[in-house]
Amino acid sequence: MKNNKLGKTNENHVTLAKKSFWIRLREEKYLQIMALCGIVWMLIFNYAPMYGLLIAFKKNYMITTPLFSAKFWKSAWASSFGFQHILNFFKDEEFTNIMTNTLGISLLKLCINFPLPILFALLLNEIKNARFKKTVQVISYLPHFLSWVVLGGILTTWLGEGGLFNEILIKLGFAETGKAYLAYPEYFWPIVIISDLWKELGWSAIIYLAAISGIDPQLYEAAKVDGASRARQIFSITLPSIAPTITIMFILAVGGLLNSNFDQTFVLWNPLNAPRSNVIDIYTYNTAMRSMRYSYASAIGLFKSVVAFILLFIANQVTKKLNDTSLF
Amino acid sequence: MNRSKLNRATFGDRLLTILMVLLCFISLYPVWYTIIISFNDSTDSLRGGIYWFPREFSLESYKTVFQDTAIINGFIITILRTVLGTITSVFFTAMVGYAFSKKHIMGNKVYMILGTITMFFGGGLIPTFILYKNIGLYNNFLVYILPSLFNFYNMIIFMSFFRSIPAGLEESARLDGANDWTIFCRIIIPLSMPVIATIALFNGVGHWNDYFTGVMYINDAALQPIQTFLYRIVASASASKAVVSLPAGISAQQVSSQSVRLATMVVTTLPIVCVYPFLQKYFVKGMMIGSIKG
Repeated sequence: MKNNKLGKTNENHVTLAKKSFWIRLREEKYLQIMALCGIVWMLIFNYAPMYGLLIAFKKNYMITTPLFSAKFWKSAWASSFGFQHILNFFKDEEFTNIMTNTLGISLLKLCINFPLPILFALLLNEIKNARFKKTVQVISYLPHFLSWVVLGGILTTWLGEGGLFNEILIKLGFAETGKAYLAYPEYFWPIVIISDLWKELGWSAIIYLAAISGIDPQLYEAAKVDGASRARQIFSITLPSIAPTITIMFILAVGGLLNSNFDQTFVLWNPLNAPRSNVIDIYTYNTAMRSMRYSYASAIGLFKSVVAFILLFIANQVTKKLNDTSLF
Repeated sequence: MNRSKLNRATFGDRLLTILMVLLCFISLYPVWYTIIISFNDSTDSLRGGIYWFPREFSLESYKTVFQDTAIINGFIITILRTVLGTITSVFFTAMVGYAFSKKHIMGNKVYMILGTITMFFGGGLIPTFILYKNIGLYNNFLVYILPSLFNFYNMIIFMSFFRSIPAGLEESARLDGANDWTIFCRIIIPLSMPVIATIALFNGVGHWNDYFTGVMYINDAALQPIQTFLYRIVASASASKAVVSLPAGISAQQVSSQSVRLATMVVTTLPIVCVYPFLQKYFVKGMMIGSIKG
């Protein structure tokens, strides 16, 4: 059946190839129009911003200059063959701090928020009562659907001076007076890590649960016959079976190391906690939108996406070597 | 020996059950707490000590919310962009996906390469902002619709689904004289409802929860969705006077009242929480489609 179908399309292909361009165009006109709609969209919304990255190499881009104009091309280029802004970023007095914050938050998330959903999926899989399992799953997904703004609102309420968190601390005798935790830089990282975990733990586990449900039950039965304990089954069957999924998710996580969840940071960030919350994305945003230094901000953005791509590539190559799983 | 092993197993199971119940509690309590405070009298809430149920039940905050024209307006914008944005995006992405699913059309390989590049490279925040200003999307309602019209990742999901539809169905329609457009609208779309529903759901939630588009590209208070409005009052509350001046359309009084803020949050989240239990299986299905194909 499948072979038949393949043979047929091949045949079509051969006859089509003989037809001239115009005849094919007439036959495919609807399909071509549909495809070109997508291509035009990509040219405007994906490729035009890539072209817009040229402003990172301009001396000082002014927002009033249209991107597609002779004036834009004639305006002065940055020194050091256009790389002045990128080089300046390395010398920026904020550079070390920004990189510490970005990588600090991301690495903590990679160490804590990456493995915990796997553990959660493994534990869920151990629940024997199907209804209870389903209920836990459904409830654990719910936080994923709250927006970061709403979660930010909840956190502001809880962590405010008269908020629930302070109230409990005072009641238990851990603190004398309330503290607005979001106004102190030293609490920013834990707040970001824990709130992200709360929101995404259940949802991130889905992908692993899907992988677990695809494991052949016979493997477990054979293991039981051999007298393997539940822990042994997890380590010898479940984990090796879902290793490819874990690898893919890991590659993606490494590729996103510089990303630091903009939606989240942007809500929780404020000038008071800036020493620990100023990550690349926030700095880029403020450089452009508050200080109006568009060229400099774009250069930082470009630096970020180049590093992200390199990281993705390295992670991909390493995992390819180690366990033969790769994204591309 | 055997007996003790059995006991140990049940002990582990109990521990697991307790852990999971605790986890459910942690997932739900912050939402519940927000709801009870929003229904409590705002001056009474300041005294603290409310944990499980409202102490002095009051609908005052909700009255304020539903009488505030800025909030009502924000809801209208959010509903409009969610409905229009989702319908157009799903239709457009599916349409492109249908064309891309035909491997025999001219330029198919080039099209796919052009699309794949966009998955790894992008212009970034600032060039995008400048482009939108250039093409007149700044302060324009269309900024909610056009940039999210197409999504390459969703396109791939559609594409692989369309390829799994038996070719015979299309062939017979073509013999009856139908062209590709009619086939797409009359045959492919009705057959693809499960995938369309799943992607529409993700899209809809994305539109509903998006606040950043409103912050970045909209300066006109009349065009800001409810999430952007909420973002502004939350941000000013969290920074406690440290944040710069408030944008137009938000009065200081709205910021000062915690209950009103919470009531707005509840009303904003309510639609999602209400439809969530009925639709969650589609979300999960969609997540799995994505994970297998991607």
